[in-house]
Amino acid sequence: MKAESKKLAIFTTKKILKLICLMAVVSIASLWLVDQSPIDPVSIYIGAMSITPEQKAILEEYWGVNTPAHEKYLNWLGNVLKGDLGDSLIYRMPVSDVIKERFTASLALMASAWLLSGVLGFVLGIVAGMKNGTWVDKIIKTYCYILLATPTFWLALVMMLVFSVHLGWFPVGLGVPIGVAAEEVTVLDRLKHLILPAIALGLLGVAPIAMFTREKLIEVMSSDYVLFAKARGEKGFGLVLRHGVRNVALPAITLQFLGFSELFGGALLVEQVFSYPGLGRAAVEAGIRSDVPLLLGIVLISTLFVFVGNLIADIIYQFVDPRIRQQEMEA
Amino acid sequence: MSTAFPMNNKGLLRPLNLRQRTILLIILMSLLVITILTSSLYMDSELLSTNFGSKNLAPSLEHPFGTDWMGRDMLARTLAGLGLSIMVGIFASTISTLISVFLGLFSSMGKTADSIVSWLVDLFLSIPHLLLIILVSIGLGGGATGVIIGVGLTHWAGLTRVVRAEIKQIKTQDYIHISRNFGKSYVWVARKHILPHLIPKFMLGTILIFPHAILHEASVTFLGFGLSPHEPAIGIILSESMKYLSAGYWWLALFPGLSLLIVVLAVDILGENLGKLMDPKKAHE
Repeated sequence: MKAESKKLAIFTTKKILKLICLMAVVSIASLWLVDQSPIDPVSIYIGAMSITPEQKAILEEYWGVNTPAHEKYLNWLGNVLKGDLGDSLIYRMPVSDVIKERFTASLALMASAWLLSGVLGFVLGIVAGMKNGTWVDKIIKTYCYILLATPTFWLALVMMLVFSVHLGWFPVGLGVPIGVAAEEVTVLDRLKHLILPAIALGLLGVAPIAMFTREKLIEVMSSDYVLFAKARGEKGFGLVLRHGVRNVALPAITLQFLGFSELFGGALLVEQVFSYPGLGRAAVEAGIRSDVPLLLGIVLISTLFVFVGNLIADIIYQFVDPRIRQQEMEA
Repeated sequence: MSTAFPMNNKGLLRPLNLRQRTILLIILMSLLVITILTSSLYMDSELLSTNFGSKNLAPSLEHPFGTDWMGRDMLARTLAGLGLSIMVGIFASTISTLISVFLGLFSSMGKTADSIVSWLVDLFLSIPHLLLIILVSIGLGGGATGVIIGVGLTHWAGLTRVVRAEIKQIKTQDYIHISRNFGKSYVWVARKHILPHLIPKFMLGTILIFPHAILHEASVTFLGFGLSPHEPAIGIILSESMKYLSAGYWWLALFPGLSLLIVVLAVDILGENLGKLMDPKKAHE
């Protein structure tokens, strides 16, 4: 028990140090990159308007064009340590509020897509692995290969084309109906706007998890204990359920947690296609219009998101899997 | 990806053995990619010109992919876009491979070097790729350079990881220890003993990075951070098509995306089959 808690302490300290280091490097690198940019945020903001030099000077100060990068970073860092992420330049409200609102919407989308791809991928993988070498396996494998080669945003576009434009089953985009006051938007409305993006995003995540599950299952099914189980007379689905699924589930779940980075990237694209008001769209807006505080906030929150995914995978790997625990005890 | 591509065991290819089929697939896929590339490079620029007499035509024999709202032939635009994508993909995956060659060999030179490399790999895997490409693209002011470098900078991590594991194994070999004991430097050992082992891995790695690179290029361009809107890139074509979806002009989105999918799939098949030739152990799985 003592070894266990010591291990936990070391693990936690390591992870916290890693997170701090990661956040520091990521924020410095992003700020430096954005600062390097030859794109002038003021002229994008002005667009075709004609303004006086004085107004331009005010705008330049607002966007912080003339402040040197290290000064900007120190200012920003000082505020962040106080818990203030700054104000978004385009939404004109605190970055933390924008992120909170957008991230909730994105989280609903990503969570449903994540579950869908996990369940569907796992089931397909198990079926393909069970029927290894048959036409069922071949169809599933081909389907996965095609999915892996599909551009995310194109799949989303085609689904919108088919289900929203032609069949009219779902609305053509946005998170809520147009022309309805925020208080009157029902849960059902939100759901209706969520289904199609979630399916589009979820379908793309199916391929890696299905391929992985399939391979693992085949590996497990050729092991000695499965051979022994067969010799005892176990067969069919019962055999796979008792000896296969239980062994494959944990690595598959771990892999699914490691996929948070791809999930976020996919959400960025799918949100753009469906005009879904999530974090991804905010990131694109912030990028195009050089809203540095918002962009930095989003980069940090997404890094944290990916970090949490990896952390959960690590925890499963180190603390949940009884076999790995056992091995370390013996070592 | 260690699985082999599903092989067609029936029909036309039946009389050939696995090796012949593999080579045939490689030739066919290379031909497809090369044809697309050359036809886009030597395309008559007349084909891309606007012709308001034939706006928004649905696919027909004359315009197999239809025409857009400026009367441009979508087949020509798609081909040009694919050519661009392939060029960007080639540059970006070469950059990625060069980075992983460098970092992989660097990791062979002692413990500190190795932990630096593994820290870098972790770092690059912990930011969503797409966001990082967007940041790099913003940093370089967008355009082709921005995308190529952005995509190149984000795709080396996976290959480097594989190479690092391989190097660890190679380093346990006797001849490496003997070389070191004879006083050869780390650089010499890396160049003469380790690099030759890894060359097939790197060649294959480049081809396998390539599809990801094209997909990411198209995605970033689609979001508005990549190639400029004047180029006929697939990402641009698809983001423009979004304005016309409600009008029912489905061919604007369907065919260009499908063509991109086919190119990506072709390169994937090419890579898998080349891998089978280079690593015969894998072919028997």
